[in-house]
Parts: sequence; C-alpha cells; structure tokens
Amino acid sequence: MELDAITLARIQFGANITFHILFPTISIAMGWMLLFFKLRYNKTRDNAWMDAYGFWVKVFALTFALGVVSGITMSFQFGTNWPGYMQTVGNIAGPLLAYEVLTAFFLEATFLGIMLFGQKRVSNRVHTLATVLVAGGTTVSAFWIIALNSWMQTPAGFEMINGQAHVTNWLEVIFNPSMPYRLTHMLLASGLTIAFLISGVSAYRWLRGDRVPAVAKAMKSGVFLAALLIPVQIFVGDMHGLNTLHHQPEKIAAVEGVWNTEKGAPLTLFALPNEETRSNDYAITVPKLASLILTHSIDGELKGLNEFKGAHPPVAKVFWSFRVMVAMGMLMLATAWLAAWQLKKRGEPAAWLQRLLIAMTFSGWIATVAGWYVTEMGRQPWLVYGVLTTAQAASKVPAPMILTTLIMYLALYVVLLLSYVSVVFYLARKAGKPAARPSANLKEVTA
Amino acid sequence: MTAAYWLPVIFAGLMALAMLIYVILDGYDLGVGVLLPFADEDDKDMMIASICPFWDANETWLVLGVGLLLTAFPMAHGVILGALYLPVALMLLGLILRGVAFDFRVKAHADHKPWWNAAFATGSLLASLSQGVMLGRYLTGFEPGLAAWGFSLLTGVGLTAAYALLGAGWLVMKTEGRLQARAIGWARHSVAGTALAVIAVSVVTPLVSQRIAEKWFVLPDFLLLLPLPLISLALFVTLALALPRLARRQAAGNDNFCWLPFACTVGIVVLAFWGLAYSVFPQLVIDQLDIWQAASSPEALKVILAGAAVVLPTILGYTVFAYRVFWGKAHELTYQ
Repeated sequence: MELDAITLARIQFGANITFHILFPTISIAMGWMLLFFKLRYNKTRDNAWMDAYGFWVKVFALTFALGVVSGITMSFQFGTNWPGYMQTVGNIAGPLLAYEVLTAFFLEATFLGIMLFGQKRVSNRVHTLATVLVAGGTTVSAFWIIALNSWMQTPAGFEMINGQAHVTNWLEVIFNPSMPYRLTHMLLASGLTIAFLISGVSAYRWLRGDRVPAVAKAMKSGVFLAALLIPVQIFVGDMHGLNTLHHQPEKIAAVEGVWNTEKGAPLTLFALPNEETRSNDYAITVPKLASLILTHSIDGELKGLNEFKGAHPPVAKVFWSFRVMVAMGMLMLATAWLAAWQLKKRGEPAAWLQRLLIAMTFSGWIATVAGWYVTEMGRQPWLVYGVLTTAQAASKVPAPMILTTLIMYLALYVVLLLSYVSVVFYLARKAGKPAARPSANLKEVTA
Repeated sequence: MTAAYWLPVIFAGLMALAMLIYVILDGYDLGVGVLLPFADEDDKDMMIASICPFWDANETWLVLGVGLLLTAFPMAHGVILGALYLPVALMLLGLILRGVAFDFRVKAHADHKPWWNAAFATGSLLASLSQGVMLGRYLTGFEPGLAAWGFSLLTGVGLTAAYALLGAGWLVMKTEGRLQARAIGWARHSVAGTALAVIAVSVVTPLVSQRIAEKWFVLPDFLLLLPLPLISLALFVTLALALPRLARRQAAGNDNFCWLPFACTVGIVVLAFWGLAYSVFPQLVIDQLDIWQAASSPEALKVILAGAAVVLPTILGYTVFAYRVFWGKAHELTYQ
C-alpha cells in the first residue's frame, strides 16, 4: 500500500472517526441509564441510587467532553479532507448535519451544565428534566447522523442535476432503506457498551472490597441490561445483514468471502482472503450455511465478488472486521447470560466470572468499531454508494502536510485513550467507601 | 428580489451571527485558559469553575458556524478549510487538549493535575492563536508571502489579547477577593494589547487589500462608518479609565460595576466584528467566491431555514436560562 495523499486522508479521517465513535457510543445510552438511576431514586428515595448516579455521572461528563472535542474535529475534517463530498451531496448532507447541530448539540451541551453542576441550584424536577434533555439530545443526534450515514450507504429520494444531488423527497432521504436497521443496531450497540462498562467497573469495585449497595445495584443493572439486549442485537444484526444483501451485495460478498456467484454457498469460518489470486487461502467452511443464513434456502444464490471486479471493497479487512464483531457478540452473549443466571440463582456472579466482566469492560467498543469498519470499508470504493467515489471527493492538500497532522492526531488520541481508560478505573478505586463490607454477598448488600 | 438572492444573504447573516456569538462566548472561556498560568495555584480551580458549566455550549457555536459554512456554502467550505489546513489542525489540537483537561484535571490522579493544567493553558493559547491566524489568512485571501503571513501572526496575537481581555472581564465579574483583584490587573494589561491589535489590524487591512480600502474610504460611506471606530475608541477609553478606579474600589471592598469591563469588551468585539464583516461582504472567499456563487440550492437552504427559524430562538431561550441558573455567583459577588 502506497501512502499517497488520499490514503493518508482516509487513515486520518478513519482514525478520528474511530476515536470519536467510542465516546458517543457510551454517552448515548449512559444518559438514559443515569435517568434510570435518578428515577429509581425519585421513587424509592434510596440513597444508593443517587450514589450510583453520582459515580457514573462523572464518567459521563468525561466521556461527553471527549465526544465533543473529537466531534468538533470531524466537522472540520469534512471540509479539509473531503471537499468533494459537500460539493456533490451538500444539498442533502447539509440540512441533515444542520438539524443535528440545531436540535441536538445545543440541547445536550446547554443542559449538560445544569445536569452536572446545577443539582443544588435548580429543583429536583428541573434537574430530572435536564437529565431527560441531555439523554434525549444524544439520541436525537444519533438519529440525524445515522440518517446521513445510511443515506450514503443506500441513497434515496434525490436526483442528480449537473453533478449535484437535489432532494426530491425528504422522508425518503431520512428514512432511506438501511436507516431503520442501522439506527436500531447502533442504539443497541450503545446499550450493550454501557451495560458491559457498568458491569465491568462495578465488578472491579466489588472484587476490591467496595461492597456498598450502589455498586451492587449498578452491577445488577448492567448485567441484566446486557443479558436483555444481546439476543435482540443478534436478531437485529441479522436483519441488518439481510437488508445489506439486498442493497449492497458486494459488501456481503466481502463479509462472507464469496468470490464466485454460487448456489448453496458455504459459510467460511476462517480464511485469509487473497485479492491477488481472488480466492481464500486456508479456508475452513461449513457447506451451504451462508446461503441458508442469507437467503433462508439451502440452494439460494449468493452474488460473488467477481461480479463487481474493480468496484468492490477490500475483502480481507471487511471479512475480518465482521468476524471480530460476531465473535465479540457471541462472547457477550455467553458472559451476560451466565452472569445474569448466577445473579438470579446465587445472588452474585462467581469471582472468575466477575474477573471476566472486568476484562470485558470495554468489549462494546471493540464490537462497535469492528461493526463500523464492516459497513464503512464495505462501502468502498464509494463514498456515497453509486453516486460519488472516495477518490473523487478527496482534497488537494499535499501528502506531507496530511502525514504531519496525522502523526499529531494519532499521538494525541493514544494518550487520551490511555488516560480515559486509566481514569475510569482510577475513579472506581477512589470511589471506595469506608462503609463497605468487604466480605458481604451482593444479595445481602442490595437487600 | 428572489429567494436565490435573499437566502444566501440570510445565511451569511446567520453564519456571521453564530461566529460572533462564538467569539464572545468561547472567547471568554479561552481567555480564562490563556490567563491560567498567571494565577496562583489556589485560584486555578475557581477560575475553571467559573467557566465549567458553559464551555461546552459555547463551543457548540463554533460547530454551528462551521456547520452553516459547510451546509449553506459547500463550495466555500472546501476552499477555506483546505487553505487553512494547518492552522485548523493546530486549533483542533488546542481545543481537544483544553476540552479534555476540564475533566481530566479534577478526575485524574492528583499528581497529574499540574500536567492537565498545563494542557488546559497550552490548548487555550494554541486555539486562540490559531483562530487569530485563521482570521488573518482569511482577510488576506490566503495570499502566500511574508507580508500576508506577518499580518496573520499579528491578528493571531491580537485575537489572543482580545480573548484574554474577555476572560479577565469575565473573572472580574464572576469572582471576588484576591482573584478578582488579580483579574483587574490582567484586564489592564490585556486592554493595551487589544487596543494595539485593533489599531494595527484597522491600519494594515486597507493597506493589504485594495478592495477593502475602497469600501471604507469613499464618501459618504466613510462618514456613515465613522461611528464604528469612534464608539470603539470611546469603549477603550472607558476601559482604561474604569479599570484603575475599579482596582482602588475593589481593594476597599466595593466591586460595584464589576460587569463593566466585560460589557465594554463585548462592545469592542461586536464593533470590530461588524467592521470586518462589512469589509468582506458579500465576498465569502475574498476575490474568489461571493456568497451567491458558493451557496447551496435554494430548496436545501429553505429546509435549513425553516428549522433554524424555530430552533434558534429556542436555543437562545434556554441558553439564557442556563446563564440564569448559574447567575448566583455573580449575583453574590455584586450585591453581597
């Protein structure tokens, strides 16, 4: 791979968007979890819920700040890296982005101040309302940005006049064919990410002897949320895949590593897809299974990559990103269900399982990023599917300039990511209360 | 007069408004960051506490401003941000550093706090300087050459001085005691810097740009425009006279009119901004693109305008509400 300007611009944008998505993925669902803690407190007046709120709101504030600053970077990189994008589809992307800023960004940013620092300055009701508005703001923001991203995958409701997209029907633009699936998939991903984050950090506190009701309640909330969401996510993910097969068959061909169009295609569990020989090396396959999963028929036909020669995505990257995502999902399913079962049965997950939960604290990030790589790299060489290629949209900024800023951004992101993860665990250690009963069972503490 | 004529004008106005609000609001919190290294260790928490509930929403105005450029003037967005690639990258670096430092400095290990304080101050300074350089590059039409870059450095330092003045004015208004006294001192230093910068930019801009010179120095426009520099001058004089008096009275425990430096500075910023906007309008990229050439299709603009007409007043409404919620400290400081 040669490091020309366009590759560097892609790496830079990819690095920034990867770094950015980590934080909204947490803050979207965390806002609602905080509201849940607060409403439980309003109802029960049990201080443990307020303690849980007090701890997680700190993580939320930190997460939100990182999301904001990395998001600002993105709003500039649209122009610095991909000027052709707005020049071609600005009439569509523009209003969608504008509505995101107008209906979501200001709402969440303004009421975040009141949510974080205004507890003593406003009534409990107004504070609850501020929490609702912040959580709602993050979700509305997800709605607009996913609408735009989905439109880039499955464009609809427009016509091209003189090389520029013009809207013919806004409802078709917003609710384009892949949008409902992608939005649901992402919101569930956000829920799962915080479910494992909360479970992991709570298990960490618990095993360190910080056995207070707030930790027990948070762990239970996290584990049960994870156990509830993961089967739904697998189901929705499957539907999303079928939708993609219909609209972007070459993406699914890359996901499955199918080179030639065939009936009764096998499911490839492991392989090293080779674009030189246009075949899979070291493949381990299950006969007929891919056709069965994707077409619900043993002999169903799958289109192969060779039908899209020269215009299909990089196969190995999409193939492997997909497998990382699915493997992570399966691991989540096993962990969440086992932990939920042990919580029900024994009142507390076994120590080894709690250690596994700690190890999986940020597992949602891995699955989410891998999933985004599947869908974004799977759209290449297009930027807007069938309308505009990534190469057409690239800027003329010279490669050395991009490389310099790329190194700067990468160094910064690595430092910030390490700081973030270590500060989350540091906050967990610092939150330890002297009132804790280091040998108590989780059930006793919540009772 | 058609929609194709008016919509770009309206959007240029909205974009200018968003940028102006950004410069004032994020200006004071960037300014507080620039001033941080001059404060005593004990006062730093207080300085940051005074801006903490607001900074996030303040920065959203930048996103709106750039968002409007991106969405309403897609042709200019690529040209401007491509030409400003390096200062934009440096500004983003600065904004990221200071944005995360707000949280990290109090949440990370206490030993790391000085590092995050340094990141906060450095980030604020870098963002301010870069924005000023961007302004200079923009005004010179992205010309290469030493003179144009020298001018841009001048605007970089000038905007930083103006932000420091806004920040000092904010602290004079929002704090009390020793920190307030220090802030009055900082304001006195920044006034000189800001005045020099405003004068320098006003003198140099028409020299650098023939077109801007023609817009200002013809009759009767010149007479109509005269109030602009005159009121600015009056505000500077007011600041120069009021600050020493304020310092004397504050030492005696009376800080009436502590809002005056901030209010005067906002006035100066508004007038300077108006002057620059007048110089440039209706060009969007000087000597290359005007707002009509760069605009999106009227249909797209109408869709955004419909939303903005409903939502912008709401945003202004709850922004006022948020400032009222956190009015307390300033209130106590003024009347108790």
